[in-house]
Amino acid sequence: MIICQIKKPLHGAQGAMQLDVNLSFKEGEFVALSGASGSGKTTLLRILAGLEVAQGNITLNDVAWLSKNKNLSVQKREIGFVFQDYALFENMSVEKNLLFVSKDKALAKKLLQMTELYELKERTPSTLSGGQKQRVSICRALMKKPKLLLLDEPLSALDVKMRHKLQNELLNLHKEFQTTTIMVSHDPHEIHHLASRVLILEQGKIINDGSPKEVLFKTQANQASTFSGEILEIKEDGKHYIKLLISSDKVHNFSVGQHVNLI
Amino acid sequence: MNFTPFYLSFQLASLTAFLLFFIALPFAWYLSQTESKLKPFLEALIALPLVLPPSVLGFYLLFALSYNSPFGHFLQETLGLKLVFSFSGLVVASCFYSLPFMVQPLQNGFESLNKHMLEASYIAGKSKLQTLLFVALPNIKPALITAVIITFAHTVGEFGVVLMVGGSIPGETKVASVAIYEMVEVMDYTSAHIYSAIMLGGSFFVLLSVYIFNAKQHKRFGL
Repeated sequence: MIICQIKKPLHGAQGAMQLDVNLSFKEGEFVALSGASGSGKTTLLRILAGLEVAQGNITLNDVAWLSKNKNLSVQKREIGFVFQDYALFENMSVEKNLLFVSKDKALAKKLLQMTELYELKERTPSTLSGGQKQRVSICRALMKKPKLLLLDEPLSALDVKMRHKLQNELLNLHKEFQTTTIMVSHDPHEIHHLASRVLILEQGKIINDGSPKEVLFKTQANQASTFSGEILEIKEDGKHYIKLLISSDKVHNFSVGQHVNLI
Repeated sequence: MNFTPFYLSFQLASLTAFLLFFIALPFAWYLSQTESKLKPFLEALIALPLVLPPSVLGFYLLFALSYNSPFGHFLQETLGLKLVFSFSGLVVASCFYSLPFMVQPLQNGFESLNKHMLEASYIAGKSKLQTLLFVALPNIKPALITAVIITFAHTVGEFGVVLMVGGSIPGETKVASVAIYEMVEVMDYTSAHIYSAIMLGGSFFVLLSVYIFNAKQHKRFGL
């Protein structure tokens, strides 16, 4: 169980605001964190990691990470972090990137095999593709057997095909290690596919907290961006799931062959 | 032909580059990571030898190290160190004179690193020192090589400061640049030509190798 009650003044896209959240996370939960850019998502992740300071309390199973007179260093918090830009150690091979975190060779081998990277273990990061780099980064974050895995838009720099592949790998890794995970994501398909809970952050406050279905419908059902797939045909007596999602006046915004997201 | 001045220059430059690396490393790392308001002051202080006339730097060093200043007095009376007009004094003076040439490339190198990469190391449980040694330094190799070689070359090329602090004692403080100055003074143009040509060729070779090395590194890492 992780409890996080924090406050921090921020300078967001729309001027000064206060990041003010009061959250708890169950063990093994996969939480998606969404919201407009500048709403404080990355800052929240960085505060949890100990990379930024804030006022308040953070506790993990009764161990205080942050309290009035204590701020546990980033080194001592049991977290894994995956950055959008991979942030691999460029001077080390794939395997050494993992072993730098922990000398557990068996775990490194297992992770690299699960993500189809074992053949590439001697390669240096500069010779890898974006998708491969991010997989190394995810494996590296799991090497410490973290109690909390923080993913900051891990897949948004990748193309759609690679994103889907990595979503499945993330799901497999989550099944295997049951690490409590918080992932920043804007992709409704990704959120729906991976997360069991969604938080929407706006101007530093949580404005929505619930299952992906509830939250995504409530906040985004009117936005064209919430559909994924390809509409082949729209009929008057059309298929129910399409009718359910778009109001009749919205239908006119779509045309046959258009790519949209469907949840 | 007496090559002792070249040997002295080489010895002085190697020692200075070696010592300055360890002195400058913490400075450069600190400056690259700090958000302190003191940073511009420290940066200006470190860059001073770039703009000060060597005679000014030499004068202050001469004064500081001499028996008449409290510091020089302490050095000589308590530690038995006489740094004025000695080779050790030249090393101290050169370390001041060449400080920016070591600090600045290292600092630029550290600042160009991906901050997330350093944070990933902290998240992996590594201390600042471990991160500096195993992540930061290996990833700024071109800057590192540039810093060491330019410091070496710059020390070989110094003249004003060594003349003021070291004088011109043969075999002790008479380095190549000072030797050339004296040759010209006594109108021994043949020796001056030979010495100068060696300095010119050597300096060009050093700079050329730095640029070739850096070009290769850029190609390799696609920077």
